[in-house]
Amino acid sequence: MSRATESTMQLSRRHFLKVLAGTAGALIVGIPFAEAVDAPVPPSMLGDTLYGLGAYVRIDADGNVVIGIRDPDTGTGTSTSLARIIADELDADWTRVSVVPLGLGVEDNNGQPRWVYGHQTSGLGDSIPAAWADLRGAGALARWLLMQAAARRLGVPADRLRCEEGHVVAPDGRRFDYGALAEAAAKIAPPDAPVPTKTPDRYTLIGQPAGEIDARAIVTGQTAYALDTYVAEALVAVLSHCPWPDGSVDSLDTTETLAVKGVVKVVQIKPEAGVPLGQTVRSPAVAVLAENTWAALQGRAKLKLHWKAGAQSESSAWFEQQATDVINDKSAQPTTRVRNDGDVDAAGKKASRRIEATYVQPWLAHATAEPMNCVVKLDKDRAVLVVPTQAPQQAWKVVQRLTGLSPAQIDIRVPRVGGGYGRRLDHDYVAEAVMLAKAVERPVKLLWTRDEDLTQDYYRSASVHKFSATLDGKRQIVGWNQRMASASALAQRGVPDDRLWTSEIDAHQLPAGLVPNLRSDWYSLPSAMLRGPSRGMPHVSNAFAVESFVDEIAYALKEDPLVTRLRLIGEPRMIPLGDGRTLDTGRLINVLKLVADRIEWKNWLRTVNGLGIACWHVDGAYVAHAVEASLQGNKLNIERVVCAVDVGRAINPMGLGGQVAGATLDALSAALNLSVSYKDSQVQQHNWKDYPLASMAQLPDTTDVIIVPGDRDPTGASFLGMPTAAPALANAVFRVSAVRVRRLPLLKEMLRML
Amino acid sequence: MANAQDQMPTPGTSNTITPEKVREGVDLEINGKSYRHTGDDQMPLLWYLRDVLRLTGTKYSGEHGEGGYDLVLVDGKLASATNLPVVKLAGKKVTTVEGLAATDGKLHPLQQAFVDEDAIGCGYCTPGWLMAALDLLNRHPQPSDNDIDQLPNLCRCGCQTRVRRAIKRAAAKGGRA
Repeated sequence: MSRATESTMQLSRRHFLKVLAGTAGALIVGIPFAEAVDAPVPPSMLGDTLYGLGAYVRIDADGNVVIGIRDPDTGTGTSTSLARIIADELDADWTRVSVVPLGLGVEDNNGQPRWVYGHQTSGLGDSIPAAWADLRGAGALARWLLMQAAARRLGVPADRLRCEEGHVVAPDGRRFDYGALAEAAAKIAPPDAPVPTKTPDRYTLIGQPAGEIDARAIVTGQTAYALDTYVAEALVAVLSHCPWPDGSVDSLDTTETLAVKGVVKVVQIKPEAGVPLGQTVRSPAVAVLAENTWAALQGRAKLKLHWKAGAQSESSAWFEQQATDVINDKSAQPTTRVRNDGDVDAAGKKASRRIEATYVQPWLAHATAEPMNCVVKLDKDRAVLVVPTQAPQQAWKVVQRLTGLSPAQIDIRVPRVGGGYGRRLDHDYVAEAVMLAKAVERPVKLLWTRDEDLTQDYYRSASVHKFSATLDGKRQIVGWNQRMASASALAQRGVPDDRLWTSEIDAHQLPAGLVPNLRSDWYSLPSAMLRGPSRGMPHVSNAFAVESFVDEIAYALKEDPLVTRLRLIGEPRMIPLGDGRTLDTGRLINVLKLVADRIEWKNWLRTVNGLGIACWHVDGAYVAHAVEASLQGNKLNIERVVCAVDVGRAINPMGLGGQVAGATLDALSAALNLSVSYKDSQVQQHNWKDYPLASMAQLPDTTDVIIVPGDRDPTGASFLGMPTAAPALANAVFRVSAVRVRRLPLLKEMLRML
Repeated sequence: MANAQDQMPTPGTSNTITPEKVREGVDLEINGKSYRHTGDDQMPLLWYLRDVLRLTGTKYSGEHGEGGYDLVLVDGKLASATNLPVVKLAGKKVTTVEGLAATDGKLHPLQQAFVDEDAIGCGYCTPGWLMAALDLLNRHPQPSDNDIDQLPNLCRCGCQTRVRRAIKRAAAKGGRA
C-alpha cells in the first residue's frame, strides 16, 4: 500500500464534502453525527475509481456497496446487523453489499484523541442500540444524494423518484443503478439538516433474516484473524508468565533456548507500577522471540526458569469459605446496600413463613477460541497494530502510553475476533506486544498458548448468594432479603469503592418492583486472583441464584413454579424501578408464557422428564427459558431447550436467533461443566481437558428460539440468552432427579447428590 | 517441482549418467498441490501450514491440539495438525479447509450447509468443525445424532445445534466429498 493511500483523508468541516487529493475522482461524504468533526476515512475504503459516501458507505462505479463496520465483530454478528441497518436506509441490493472492519477511528485533537466513529466497543450489548441511534443517517444521506443525482439527470423532482434494491426508479419505470449515479451523487452538496430516516413500513432489510455476511470467507478458511496476520520481519513471541502477578524471576537460564535454531532473543517484561489492571502486563513474563512459532515454542520449552512466589498464597477453597462465613454472619455489615425497598425486617416479623437457601457459583475463565495475540509494528512516528480487541479505543490508550505517539500516529486494525466474552476489554497482551517490539526493535507477533490463556486470565469471581424470603398467609412473597458475596471485577481498576458492586449485582434485577419489602446487600471479598469483565455479568450469576430460589419457593408452596412466577409478577403493568428503569411486567409474562406453551408446560406435573423454567430482564430486554431434561441412570440429557426473547425491534431475526441460541449453549456449557480452581494462587486448569466446554453430546440437539415481534427501538442481545438458561436447567434437573442444585458446576454437584 | 524433471537422465546417454543427488526435505501433497519442506522436519504440520505456507484456515487449538480447531484430513483420515511433525507426512495427502471448495469456487456441500444454516459464531472453530464433519460424512454418509455427538470440536459461541443441522442438511444432499 502506497504512502499516499495510507494517509488519512480529511472531510470538509463545513460541507462534509470534499474532493480528495490523490484519489482521482473519489469523493467522501461526511458522517451525519460527526458534525464539525474532520472525519478520517480508512485507507481500505478508498481507491482511485471508488466513490465514497461517508466512512460507513462506499458505492463503487460498478454498483457494489462496501459498508464499513465500526464495532469489532467477536462473533456476535455485528458485521451483518450494522451493515443491514445502513443498507436498509440506503435501499441497497443486499447481494451486492460487502463489509470491511473499520479499525479504530481516532484523530488528533490538540494531542488528545477524538473518536471519530463514536461507539466502537463490542460485547456489552450496546452495538445495535448505538448504531440504531446514529448509523441510519449514513445510509439515508447516501440514498438522498443518489436520488438528487438521478433527479438532475432526469429533470424531475427527487420526490417523484423512489429507490429499491440498489436502483433509483423513475416515475416512468426507468431504473438507474447506484453505481452509475455515484460519481454525480458525490458532487452534490448534502443538505444542511439531517436527511430523515425511513418510516418502519418502508423497511426492506430490517426485520428480515440474513445469514452471516462473511460466511463464505469463514467456511473457506479465508477470513484472516489477527493471528493469521503476517508482517514482514516480525518475530513470533511466546511467553511464560509468572503464576503470581506480584512474583518475580528467581532464576533464568536461556542457554538451551538460544541454541534452538530460529530463536532470536529472550526478553523479560513485567507489570508497570501504578497502572490499572488490564492496561499493562498482567504478570511478570519471559518471552521467547523467534523467526517462527515452532522455534519459539521449542525455545520456551527449553527455558530453565524458576519463579519466586508472590506475597499471596490463596486457594479457591479458602475464598469460598470466606464468602460463606461473611454471608452467614448476621452481624456483618454489607459493603453496599444495593437496594432497600420497604422494610424487610418489619415484614419478616409479621410473616407466616420463611424460606431460605444459599447458592455457590465458581470462578470462571473466558476461554476464547482464539487465544490472546497481537501484531505490532513500531516506527519512530507510527505504530500499526492488528489486535483482536472488543474495545480499540482502550487498546489505543495502552499503545499511546507506551509509545508516546500522537493520537493519529497510532493505527489499530481489528479484523474479525475469535470470541471476546469480556476478555478483550482488557489489553494486557497489547502492552506486552508493544514492550517486546520496543525491546527487539522489530515487529512482533505475540501468541499466548492455551496454557497461558487459561492460567493468566482476569477471572469471574466465585460468589455466594443467600436468600431469605418471607410469605404472608395468602402465600404472597412480602419480604425478600438477598445477600451476595464476591470479589468485584472492578477492583484495582480505578473504580471508586462505592461502585464496586456494579459488576456483581444489578439493583433492578428480579424480583425488584414485585416484592414490597426487598433488600439487596453486597459483601466485597478480598482476593489476590485477578478479575475482569465477564460475559453476561452480573446477570448470569444472579439469575441463576434468584430463579433457582423462586423455584424453591414454589416447591415449598407445593405449587407449579410457572404459577408461582405469574403470581409474583402479577398484572401487566409498568413498574418504575428507579434510575429511569422500568419493568414492563406484560412483556415478562409474555416471554414466560411463550416458552411454557412451546415446551408444553401443561405436562409439567405428569411428564417423566423434568421441565424447568426461568425468566429475567436485562436493560429493557426480556428473556425466558424452558428446559426439558431426562435422567438415564446418572446420565443427564437435555432433551429440549426453548428460549423467548423480546428485544423490541429485531434487526436481523436470523442473527438474533443464532446469538440467543449460542448464548444459551454457552451458558449451559458453563453451568454443566466449568469451574476454575486454584491453590497457592496458581490456577489448576491448563487446557481444554481441564476446562471442558460442553461437548456436542452434552448439549441439546436443538435450540428453539422464539422472537417476540416488536417495534420499540432495539436493545442489545449480545448475552441475553445466557442468564435464564442455567436456572431453567437446574429447575428441570430438580423435577427429574429431586436434586436441588445449589452449587455449580451442575453435573458434579448432581452426581454428588444423587 | 521442475528440478526433479531437470535431473532425469537424457535417453541414449547412459554412459554419462550423473548419479542423482539425494533430495533433501519432505515431499507431501496439500490440497492437491505438491510441496517439499526443507526446513526443520519436526515442525508440526500446523505451523508448517500457517507460518510457512500461510494457509491459515487451520487454527491454533492448544498445546496438544485439543479443542479441534486444528483438524485436517491426512490420506482421508481426521488428524490434529498440532501433533503431526511434517516428517511423518512424507508422501501423504493433506486436506485443509482451504481445499474443500471446488477449484471454480463452488462450495463443498458441507460448506454450503454451514452457510445456509448460519452455523457460524466467531468463526474461529468453523474450519475444524468442517473437517471433522467431512470425516464423519466420509465414514457415515447418513450420520445419526449419536454419530454427530462424537465430534471432538469445542465451540464457546454455542454453534453446536446449528452445526448439527448443517451436517444433516449436507447429508440429506449427499454431502460426501
